[in-house]
Amino acid sequence: MKLLPCSAAKTTSPVTQNTVEDEMEMATVRHRPEALELLEAQSKFTKKELQILYRGFKNECPSGVVNEETFKEIYSQFFPQGDSTTYAHFLFNAFDTDHNGSVSFEDFVMGLSILLRGTVQEKLNWAFNLYDINKDGYITKEEMLDIMKAIYDMMGKCTYPVLKEDTPRQHVETFFQKMDKNKDGVVTIDEFIESCQKDENIMRSMQLFENVI
Amino acid sequence: MAAGVAAWLPFARAAAIGWMPVANCPMPLAPTEKNKRQDELIILNVSGRRFQTWRTTLERYPDTLLGSTEKEFFFNEDTKEYFFDRDPEVFRCILNFYRTGKLHYPRYECISAYDEELAFYGILPEIIGDCCYEEYKDRKRENAERLMDDNDSENNQEGSMPSLSFRQTMWRAFENPHTSTLALVFYYVTGFFIAVSVITNVVETVPCGTVPGNKELPCGERYAVAFFCLDTACVMIFTVEYLLRLFAAPSRYRFIRSVMSIIDVVAIMPYYIGLVMTNNEDVSGAFVTLRVFRVFRIFKFSRHSQGLRILGYTLKSCASELGFLLFSLTMAIIIFATVMFYAEKGSSASKFTSIPASFWYTIVTMTTLGYGDMVPKTIAGKIFGSICSLSGVLVIALPVPVIVSNFSRIYHQNQRADKRRAQKKARLARIRVAKTGSSNAYLHSKRNGLLNEALELTGSTEDEQHTTKGTSLIESQHHHLLHCLEKTTNHEFIDEQLFEQNCMESSMQNYPSSRSPSLSSHHGLTTSCCSRRHKKTTHLPNSSVPATRLRSMQELSTIHIQCSEQPSLTTSRSSLNMKSDDGLRPNCKAAQITTAIISIPTPPALTPEGESRPPPSSPGHSTNISTTTTSNIVKVSAL
Repeated sequence: MKLLPCSAAKTTSPVTQNTVEDEMEMATVRHRPEALELLEAQSKFTKKELQILYRGFKNECPSGVVNEETFKEIYSQFFPQGDSTTYAHFLFNAFDTDHNGSVSFEDFVMGLSILLRGTVQEKLNWAFNLYDINKDGYITKEEMLDIMKAIYDMMGKCTYPVLKEDTPRQHVETFFQKMDKNKDGVVTIDEFIESCQKDENIMRSMQLFENVI
Repeated sequence: MAAGVAAWLPFARAAAIGWMPVANCPMPLAPTEKNKRQDELIILNVSGRRFQTWRTTLERYPDTLLGSTEKEFFFNEDTKEYFFDRDPEVFRCILNFYRTGKLHYPRYECISAYDEELAFYGILPEIIGDCCYEEYKDRKRENAERLMDDNDSENNQEGSMPSLSFRQTMWRAFENPHTSTLALVFYYVTGFFIAVSVITNVVETVPCGTVPGNKELPCGERYAVAFFCLDTACVMIFTVEYLLRLFAAPSRYRFIRSVMSIIDVVAIMPYYIGLVMTNNEDVSGAFVTLRVFRVFRIFKFSRHSQGLRILGYTLKSCASELGFLLFSLTMAIIIFATVMFYAEKGSSASKFTSIPASFWYTIVTMTTLGYGDMVPKTIAGKIFGSICSLSGVLVIALPVPVIVSNFSRIYHQNQRADKRRAQKKARLARIRVAKTGSSNAYLHSKRNGLLNEALELTGSTEDEQHTTKGTSLIESQHHHLLHCLEKTTNHEFIDEQLFEQNCMESSMQNYPSSRSPSLSSHHGLTTSCCSRRHKKTTHLPNSSVPATRLRSMQELSTIHIQCSEQPSLTTSRSSLNMKSDDGLRPNCKAAQITTAIISIPTPPALTPEGESRPPPSSPGHSTNISTTTTSNIVKVSAL
């Protein structure tokens, strides 16, 4: 269902149910977000903050939705030295809560609302969701390894000390020792939250970005 | 970083929360926004046309006029707006740059007017977007050429020239005859002598008059001396010219290999060979054939004619098409010659004595020449002969237009491809420069960052503002983000040359020296993953082998070995095993900090493992502690 800018009714469903068969269609896809009041009620941002967010969002994506390519492009501009496409892919999946292949402004706002204004529990939940690639409720070592490699990829080649092949793996081992309480090889959400709450560093750094907006 | 993307920086920073549970170290503090103002609309009045935009939009680029406090000079108190007495059309593009992050160049605009406006608003032309950059560059080049032409004609009238070396002037004179009158004279003289030489060669063979005895002699033999003198004169001039060019050429080796010089040499060689060999009668026949090469002098005209050069170039570039034409002709000739030979075999007194003899007939027929010296007599021969001539027309007529159109197509294509290649190279270079610029900005600010953080903590605000004057808030936030990534991965960004250096030094450090593991004698030991490495490194007294090649790496998955120029701390295998027996307990070093005053408190559950470790230096040290050693133990935070 394609929404044109001249359509009167504002609708909440994103238009990206369209398949990618017709490239022309994709190019003219438009999406209008929900009303400002509705978003204000659903998220923890004020009207002004939502306005600022939307202006930035629409500036970079005039069509109103971000697809994965644009997302990767935007994210890679912040990390010129390394390759941030893999991590951006995971991030995109974390933001795209309804898994329709695009991030609309609502998804964007809801994600940011959790990250910037949510409780620590919600933030940890979000992080767990990010790490759990297949969203089955368990973080396995392979999933964590993928995430870790993606993070290390962002560093690029010129680092000090020189990145070794098994650095991500070692880091994953460290992580699992810390998080995996019953040593069953997977980390569940409860283990994760519990372990993080015990770590002062993590707790403190969760509060780091409070004043970003 | 583009302005539009700067609007996404809050998102990227928020997403950094995803790294927090993974990181083992505490994160650096976020830069605070001092005097955060409410966003307001400001009015820009440009020659009467009012533009309005948000203040933060303009502040995205703090090093331009509109983004800095320089615009306060244009503030009009009465009307509460900023008034600029400039062109509003160009201002539209400039304001769009702030809004979208891309600077466009309108095609209808004059290049020098546009440049002036850019200079006024403090915007560098290099940031013109890719879509308009080539156009801008082209126009700029044209303008520059126009200016240069004007300058040149001015200079010529005055008669003053920049001082080139004598050799360079000569080369310039040779290549471009219009630079000076002397060059022009030389150009015409050589042209004249080439013509004379060619005409002499031709006239030499014309029979002119008879001598008593009713024998017709060619002029060359009748007036042998005269012709010889002419030839000598021409060859002398050509030799002198060749030697002068050789002397003036900037790259002699390349000049010798060039086509024109080969032609020159071939043109004058026969004369000298003839001089040498006049006494030897046996090779006089060969000598005569050598004179054929004198006709190559006509190719020297190609220096004088632009068209000849272009023709040569296009022939070269169409070599494959020509080759195909030749190949198909050869095929057809062979086929038809064979057929004609066997067709005419029966007839008596046939001229088609062999297949190669039939080649001549086939070629003459296919090119529709038809000399008539060889004609088929049998009926079969005549039939095949007619087929041959008909197909000849086709075989020749078909590829020729293709070749002709190929000429123009390939020629233009080459031109366009070269242009595009140069543009692409330039474009990629610009992108690369932008990327390294952004990462270099981060590295640069990191070095200054120590000072900043120290000042921040001591709470001196004026100094803080002083040092952070250079970086905008957005930049400092971006740098904070990169810093968080560094902390998450326990690695630092460095620039390329330092990286190469480290790699070279690490490869030189592969020789284990026998050294007892006296850990206690190491001071300044820090293994905190949060320690910042200083550029200045000191050598620890008891140097030891880098532990990089420890076999026990597998067991000690927490041991992190750096490759650095510093001697590493090593332990014997036994002691390492001992440590590993303790289980991979948090071997965290107390957080020894290199930076000024930030003290990263260690979690209380951690105990510095290993009695052999020296106590960590007090956190209150100044920034000159050299801290890193090699055997880092990644801190596993205790839970």
